[in-house]
Parts: sequence; structure tokens; C-alpha cells
Amino acid sequence: MALLEVSGLTIQFGGLRAVDDVTFHVDEGEIFAIIGPNGAGKTTVFNMLTGIYKPTAGEIKFQGRLINNMKAYEVTRLGVARTFQNIRLFGEMQVWENVVVGAHTRLRSGLFASVFKPPGTRREERAAREKAYEHLAFVGLQGWETQRARNLPYGAQRRLELARALAAEPKLILLDEPAAGMNAQETAELLELIRKLKERGITVILIEHDMKLVMGISERIVVLDHGRKIAEGTPEEVRRNEAVITAYLGAGANVGH
Amino acid sequence: MGVLGQQLLNGLVTGSAYALIALGYTMVYGVLQLINFAHGEIYMVGAFVGLLLVTVVKLPFLAALPLAMLAAALVGVTVEFVAYRPLRRSSRLAVLISAIGMSIFLQNVALWIFGPATRSFPPPFQVSVLQIGPLRTNTLALLTLGVALVMMVGLHYLVRHTKTGKAMRAVAQDRDTAALMGINVNRTIALTFLIGSSLAAAAGVMVGMLFNAVVPTMGVMPGLKGFVAAVLGGIGNIPGAMLGGIVLGLAETMGVALLSSQWRDAIAFAILILVLLYKPSGLLGARVEEKV
Amino acid sequence: MPVLDLVNEALREWINPYYYGIFLVMGINMILAMSLNLVTGFTGQLHLGHAGFMAIGAYTAGILATKGGAAFLPAVLAGGVAAAFFGFVVGLPTLRLRGDYLAIATLGFGEIVRIAILNLDITGGAFGLRGIPRLTNLPIVIIAVLLTYVILHSLIRSRVGRAFIAIREDEVAASAMGIETTRMKVTAFVLAAFFAGVAGGLYAFWFRFISPGSFGFLLSIEILSMVVLGGLGNLLGSVLGAGFITYLPELLRTSVPAVAQHRMVFYGALLVLAMIVRPNGLLGTSSEQGWLEMWLARRKAKHAARGPARLEAAAPGQDGADGRSGE
Repeated sequence: MALLEVSGLTIQFGGLRAVDDVTFHVDEGEIFAIIGPNGAGKTTVFNMLTGIYKPTAGEIKFQGRLINNMKAYEVTRLGVARTFQNIRLFGEMQVWENVVVGAHTRLRSGLFASVFKPPGTRREERAAREKAYEHLAFVGLQGWETQRARNLPYGAQRRLELARALAAEPKLILLDEPAAGMNAQETAELLELIRKLKERGITVILIEHDMKLVMGISERIVVLDHGRKIAEGTPEEVRRNEAVITAYLGAGANVGH
Repeated sequence: MGVLGQQLLNGLVTGSAYALIALGYTMVYGVLQLINFAHGEIYMVGAFVGLLLVTVVKLPFLAALPLAMLAAALVGVTVEFVAYRPLRRSSRLAVLISAIGMSIFLQNVALWIFGPATRSFPPPFQVSVLQIGPLRTNTLALLTLGVALVMMVGLHYLVRHTKTGKAMRAVAQDRDTAALMGINVNRTIALTFLIGSSLAAAAGVMVGMLFNAVVPTMGVMPGLKGFVAAVLGGIGNIPGAMLGGIVLGLAETMGVALLSSQWRDAIAFAILILVLLYKPSGLLGARVEEKV
Repeated sequence: MPVLDLVNEALREWINPYYYGIFLVMGINMILAMSLNLVTGFTGQLHLGHAGFMAIGAYTAGILATKGGAAFLPAVLAGGVAAAFFGFVVGLPTLRLRGDYLAIATLGFGEIVRIAILNLDITGGAFGLRGIPRLTNLPIVIIAVLLTYVILHSLIRSRVGRAFIAIREDEVAASAMGIETTRMKVTAFVLAAFFAGVAGGLYAFWFRFISPGSFGFLLSIEILSMVVLGGLGNLLGSVLGAGFITYLPELLRTSVPAVAQHRMVFYGALLVLAMIVRPNGLLGTSSEQGWLEMWLARRKAKHAARGPARLEAAAPGQDGADGRSGE
């Protein structure tokens, strides 16, 4: 069953069509990848899926609901979480606080409760912190909880972004180049983590340049080039696709191994 | 009709001064995405230097104006060097606070040196009243309009047709890419301050003579209004700043004619709130999309 | 409140009237600085019109007391509510947009308030508003300071407070976490306006006479200087910053009068210098904790087992080899 349906997605910045008539769907429980050369419009697609940019044309349906015109926070509330390509943590906050902020939509306390802290709010706070520690353990960041996020090493910051996104209890998680800047061992660990996400029943869309990772883990792939979809299919199909090879050779990269 | 025409003319003169100030805001905003709060103080510095050159050194207007512009430009570049350049990679909040600190600093240094009293700024030439049909004006007001016009045409040429202008536009588009293309970003930013500050100084000298008043706090209101004019035209947009200045000047004179002069300063802010509410990108629009 | 009166009598006996007055103004400034810190320090939005909200609070309380015969507490609270209302009116349109616009809109707002007070009849115009009874005293101000501190301190360590800080740290990421950024910014702004209004009410009932000149733009800058000195996002720092900046001119007035008179020169330089040397304010910042708490925590960490504290040494770029060795 399709969890996410994207049809005719288009966005125009000034005279430039950054994303042009892109259509694809993602099934529930699937690991799906968006690949393409630099500047192909991948992150722009993510920004539209998460309500940060408004598409100029086209439709985005999440669980059958039109989410085109929703604000970012509304989309998050429905169960879509994401990480950022250029890490965007709350640097001055502690690691566990970052994760609790991720759970913002799952917590209740409003202004009054925030100030006067009735017992229910205290319980909620405690539970949220415990839950945050669990998410941190899940991504392998136990022991780092009370550090400031900005003091974390690079690879750990990427994991923290993942833990923070998980705290939103998403049905769909969007990972924007999660392996960027990681070494081989870290990438392998990340692969394992993404598989675990799938086991938890979370649908994953990832943007990734690391072809080994993409081909090894994705069930289906859509390929963008200059804002247009040039191919879609299983890793095997995409690897053999003429248009993809041309696009990548043109960009001086190599598909596959 | 005569009354309306008279108001339009007065508004045009004030508006051209606002436009000159607005240009500095908009250019700096273009390259740094910063509201340069100290800009109004640069205008004040220009007026004071002009005043001293005319009254103490006894220079003629044609020598005093460019020298005042040069002096204020140097102050503007220094402000950029001291208060903004070290903060290139800091948060926007830090740079804004630094800017407001600079504004307060300059204004109060001027207060310390010159005292709070208003000084008169007699024009170093004979001002004669002119009657053009039903309109009454004087040579000084027309000179103000003329100076503003020359500056704006000059700026337009500079930005559109010179290498410097191209570099400024490139830095405004994307600082990092511009740097990769071999543009000296820091020098371009300094040049932007240099040009913007000299335009503000020209406005300061002209308005100082026009109202025959120079005072350390004189930069606050025109500074704010210059910013409003820049937002009105679409911040970051150079023709927008010119248009915004003129529109604001006209709106203000009309508003004063309809209401009362006591509310003059409130009109600009009412316009600001309305623009922010209904058309935050301004009359001519500007890039506001943030990169994610 | 007879108990308060008794305490007040005792304080008046004990503190000389000059210092009594200074302490009282200090307290009012502490409320102003803490509330401004909520907007600028914690939520990251530069607000340059805090004096305007204080003026609205002062005039509302003053007019209610002189023309409506209102009692002290209702008048002061009404001042807070009136300021909060204007905070909402100004904040809603401007906070939807990029942060910078708030700076200029609040600056303009402060000026409009001043112009309005000058030109309205009910405020007494340039002559000011006279005949407000002196009902504020030091114990009341101390209680107000403590309440402000406790409320804001609790707020910051909560879901809403974390949302504020997240917005300061990265607004795009905050909205991607499901935070309604505009709503949260307006909330912080309205709350801050409320406290500034209360501070204005206390001010009116202390000085008994208020005029538009008391609430100019420079006062807003003075409050900002207190916040920056004490540390952006550092609540206790605002208390100290307010105490210091209130007392400084008094201290200098006799020793170096020129400096006291031109203190704005130094505040201006302070703002620039602080941003360059310590962008989070002179006494430093923290997300949730004040510097004092940080210091205590560090001491505690030193005494406790090494564990996570050791991780602090892992430099970024080492990819946290120690950090994950326990896996």
C-alpha cells in the first residue's frame, strides 16, 4: 500500500525549475532512495515533502491525505520526520534535550503546565527523558546524553539527528545523505541502523551519494537529474538504465561498485 | 490642485533623501543580510562633517559635499571592519546586536563631542525662492533633488555596468560561490559599505541644510525611515529602495496634510507594519528564500 | 498586606533612603532584563522596544489609579495585560517573518508609543501623569523579582521553553521538529511584554510621576545591555547584569561624572565588544542551565566517576572514538 504518493511535483525558483514534474510513490515499510548528481533537486524534494517549501504544482499525499499546503509542523505531526544534509542540531542544547525537542509533537504540556508543572507534566517530562535516552542508545550514543550537541564529533552528530527524528515517532523518515562524511565502518553501522528502522515498521526514504549503501539497502530507487525523474526501479534496473549511466558519466561519477 | 502639487513636490524632496539612505540599507542587506543599524549614524556623521567643512573650513559646497561623503564612507567602512567583519560566521542575532551597539556608540560619541544642542547649517550659497506655476520651491530643495538623482543614476551605472557592481551582485547572490569564483568577498563588502555610507552622507548634508539643523540624534528617525523605505521597495532590491524612498516621502507629506504633523513619524511605521502584513517582499520584491 | 508593610518598615529603618531607591529600581530593571532575555536570549529574537511595553504598563496602571481609583495590584496586573495585548498586536505580524524584522518593528513600536503618549489627552502629554500614589515598596518589588525568576526559570525547563531555545538555535530545524515557530515566538514575546508591563506598573507606583521621556529608546538599549552583560539565555545573568548596570552610573556619578553622563557610549561599545569576544554575552550562556548551575555541575562531575565527563575531551573530528568504544 502506498504510504506516500507524489505526482507532478514541481517547484520554480525565479526562472529555474528546480524540480520538474516528478512522480513516484513509496510503499509502507519500504526502504526507498532518491539519487542523482549534485543539483538534481533531491533535497528540494525533501523540503517539499516536509512542508519547508511549497510546491509550485503537483500533489503530495501522505496516507491518502493531501499535504501540499501544510506547514512543516503539521506534516511532522502526521508522522513524517527528517534529518538534514548539512547537520542542523540545536548546538547549545544538551544531546538528550535535542532528542526531547524531536518529541515536541508527542508531548502535551502547554504554556500553563510548562510554568506550573503539575504532576502529570512532571511524569511526562521524566518519561520523555527516558525515552530520549532509549533513542540515543538505539543509535549508539549512550554516554553522550548530557554533552552539548555542538561538542559532538561529526559522525555522532549525524546519529543524533537520527535519534532526534526518531523521537517524533514517525511513520516515514527522510534521511538526507546520512552517510556523508562517514568512514567505511561508520557507514556499515548506519546500514545496520537503517535496517533496524525497517524492522520497527518505519518507512525510510534516503538521499545518498554512497552508491554502495544505496544499492545495498534500497528496495526501490528513483533517479533525478536536473530536477526531472530519469529512472525508477529496483537497484538492479537502475544500475542498467541507459539514462542513468549517461547522467552519472556526464557528472563524472560511477554507478555501482 | 495647487496644494496637492505642492505636497507632491515637498514629498518628492524628502523622499529623495529617504531613497539615498534606503540605498545603503538595501545594499548592505543584499551582501550581508544585515540591518545596519549604524547607517542612520553615518548619515549624521556626514551632516556634521559637511557642517564643519562649510562653517569652519569655509569650503564651497562643491568641495564640502564630496569630502563629507568620503569621511562618512571611511567611518562606514571602519564600522564594518570593527563591528561586522569579525562576526561573519556568527549568529544573525550577534551581528544585529553588534550593529545596534555601533549605532548607540556613534551617536553618543557625537553627543559627547558636539553636545546635544541643534546647530544651524547655513547653505554656503544664496538660496532663492522659485515660483513655478502654482508651485513654490527654492533652489536648495531643487539641488537636493538633483544631487539625489545624480547619485542614483551613478549608482545604477556602477552596479549594472562595472566589474565592482558585478562582484557586488555576485556576493549578494551567494557569498561562498562568489568567493570560489575568485571574487574578493571582504573587499566587495567593504566597497558596499563605502558606497552606501557616502550616499547616506550626501543625504545628511542636504537634509542638514534643508532643515538648517544638525544634531547628534538626527540620524535615528531618517535611519529608521530609510530602512522602512528599503523594506517597502523590497529589501535587497536597489531600484526598490529608490522607489520605496519616494513613496514613503510622498505618503508622509500626504499623511501630515491629512492628519497632523505630530503623527508624521508614526506614518512610516504604520506603513512598515502594513507592508510586513500584506507584502513582506516589498513593492518590487526580493529574494527571501532561505537555503535549507 | 500588613506583613509586607512591617517588612518594609524594617527595611526602611535598616537601609538608607538613597540605597532603598536604588535597590528598588534595580529590582524593576531585573524584571525587565529577565523578560527581555526570554525573547532575545532564549528565543533569539532581537527586541528593541521593551521600554515601550514598560510605558504601556506604567501608563495603564497610572491612569487606572489616578482616574479610575483602581487598587495597586489590579492596576499593576492590568498594566501587564495591556502590554501583553500590544505585544500580541505587534508580534503577530512581525514574528511570522524573519527575525530581523522584529528588531525594526519593535524599535518603531517603541517610538509610536512615545509619540502616542505625547499626543493623547488621557496621558497628560508632554507634562506627564502626576498624582499616582506611592504604593510600590521594596518588599513588593523583591517578591515580583522572585516570582518572575521562578516562573521564567520553570518555563525554560519545559516543553515550551525547549521550543524557544530550539528556535534560537535553528529555526528551520525547529519547525521540522513540529514546533509552531510563529506561535512560540509570539508566546515568548507576549509573556515578555506582560512582565515589562508589570515592571512599568511598579515603576509608576514608585515614582508617582511618569512622562514619555522616561521610556525612550535608550532605556530599551540599557535593558538590552543588561541582558548581554549577563549572558544571552542566562536568566540569573540578567539579574546580575541589571544589578550592575543600575548601580554603575550611581557609582560613577561621584567619581567619574563624565563617564556616568556619557554611559551610553560605553553600553554601545559593550554590545559590540561582547558580540565579538563572547557572542553569548559576557557571563556566558547555556541552553537550560545558567553559568552558575554549569559551574556547580562541572564541580559535581569532577567529584563523580569519570564516565561521560571524560568524553568532553574528545575533540570533534576524532569521530568520537572513545565515545563509542563501549559498544
